[in-house]
Amino acid sequence: MIQKIYSDLMRSLSEGKFIFTGEIEPVKTTNIYEMIETAKILKEHVVAANVTDNPAGLAYMNSLVPSYIIQKEASLEAIYQITCRDRNRIAIFSDLLAAGALEIKNVLALTGDHTALGDNPQAKPVFDLDSQQLVYMIRKMVDEGVDLTGHQIENPPKFHVGVAAAPAAQPLEPEIIKLERKASLGAEFVQTQVVYDIEIAKKFLDDTQHIKIPVLIGICPLKSVGMAKWMAKNLPGVIIPDGVMDRLKKAEEKSKEALTQENIEIFGELIKEIKKTRASGVHIMAVHYPPAELSFLLTGMLSSA
Amino acid sequence: MIITELKPLEEIAAAVKTHMNALIVACGGCTTVYRTGGRAEAENLKNSLEAKGIKSTVTLVTRQCNKQMVTSTLQPLIGNYDIIVSTACGVGPQVISDVFGNIPIFPAQNTKFITKYDPEIEKFSEYCRACGECIIHETGAVCPITRCAKSMLNGPCGGQTNGKCEVGGWKNDCAWVLIYDRLKTQGKLDLFRKFRPPQDNRLSNSPRYMTRERKETA
Repeated sequence: MIQKIYSDLMRSLSEGKFIFTGEIEPVKTTNIYEMIETAKILKEHVVAANVTDNPAGLAYMNSLVPSYIIQKEASLEAIYQITCRDRNRIAIFSDLLAAGALEIKNVLALTGDHTALGDNPQAKPVFDLDSQQLVYMIRKMVDEGVDLTGHQIENPPKFHVGVAAAPAAQPLEPEIIKLERKASLGAEFVQTQVVYDIEIAKKFLDDTQHIKIPVLIGICPLKSVGMAKWMAKNLPGVIIPDGVMDRLKKAEEKSKEALTQENIEIFGELIKEIKKTRASGVHIMAVHYPPAELSFLLTGMLSSA
Repeated sequence: MIITELKPLEEIAAAVKTHMNALIVACGGCTTVYRTGGRAEAENLKNSLEAKGIKSTVTLVTRQCNKQMVTSTLQPLIGNYDIIVSTACGVGPQVISDVFGNIPIFPAQNTKFITKYDPEIEKFSEYCRACGECIIHETGAVCPITRCAKSMLNGPCGGQTNGKCEVGGWKNDCAWVLIYDRLKTQGKLDLFRKFRPPQDNRLSNSPRYMTRERKETA
């Protein structure tokens, strides 16, 4: 049960509003200005935005500093993503204290993609903790004000902790049991892997009805047919229906503008369908769009939904 | 047991050729059982080196991980050689060097892992990582520390599809789906539901030592 509310994200969820969250992916750069510009666009459409932690094991800028910067420079609340791939429990704990000092209010606890999939596959995968053990550690920090071994934290952090889930996992039952574990450990919200087929989202929401934490269904606009094919082939749990693929193909043959328009329609329709379910909102993973294009896309998608 | 793999011949030859007299020491333990570095393989290595003009002699230590066996077997002959080539796992050459530290030694094998052996398909699979705290009675006798690419204690992760792991290109089984299937068959899904807190890594941190009470043999 949520005892106290520290963030706009949790406030909106607790009020039962249908909400949107966005995503910012720091890349291999020291330039933070584009992220700030993206954050300013997102701010007009979403309650909060995830800042990714070296997704797919790609060596990028960390997630903590951009989480802080988007809150400070764009007034966009951050959902600070932490994976267990690159840091042991000491390093993660240490980063969490720093996040507390920087007034980060939401953390998404992830196991993280394996180093073998990234751009430095020779790296040592850490995985000292997994996603559930990370939730367990965060709850200890927030609720009891202690570290994993019970040492007191002076001025403990105040975070809400979210987790991920994969609605298209096959088999699905172990994934659902894992979400039960996460919820019983004190996870407060769920953001799912991308969904393109409303039936998959509906089945997942039905099968997880007994798990009483808000679910945000993940969606991800498709920049090209090539990207769509790559995702369907390489990302576990990503299933793109033929109908969606056909619409994208036809639009791509016409023009770039037609493709953007088709995305607006496809995902506007999907959001409209998600709104009819028990889902608490939609997590939009539209990353690496130029700010103007992102603005056009989000405005279109959310107004047509 | 431990599975090893012979290094490329060129690598071994390059290390040995600057020496006058090489002693190839085979091991009668795991490398004999899996035919990677027993007497027969050591003889093969000797012949291959000879084809390159490098002379060597072969001997066998029953267990190169046993200091006493290494000492008693090699003591009488070691003085005749200026390099040792061991075909044991990574333990053997170290034990030899602990005893005869004045002679350089070359490990002829790369040591792979603690293995399961499937003779029909000549496949070796890592089944134990010697973490020091066995929990497989709770996981359907499937070790998640070894057989899950992320060593998760609370799996599966989102990187599996139809029970196959994305690490290694969907060829290997997801340990946690195996665990789920097996516990479900046994009617023990309560063990699957259980949360396992973070591991005590002190048990697996190297270097590790163990002593036990000395037993006098008759």
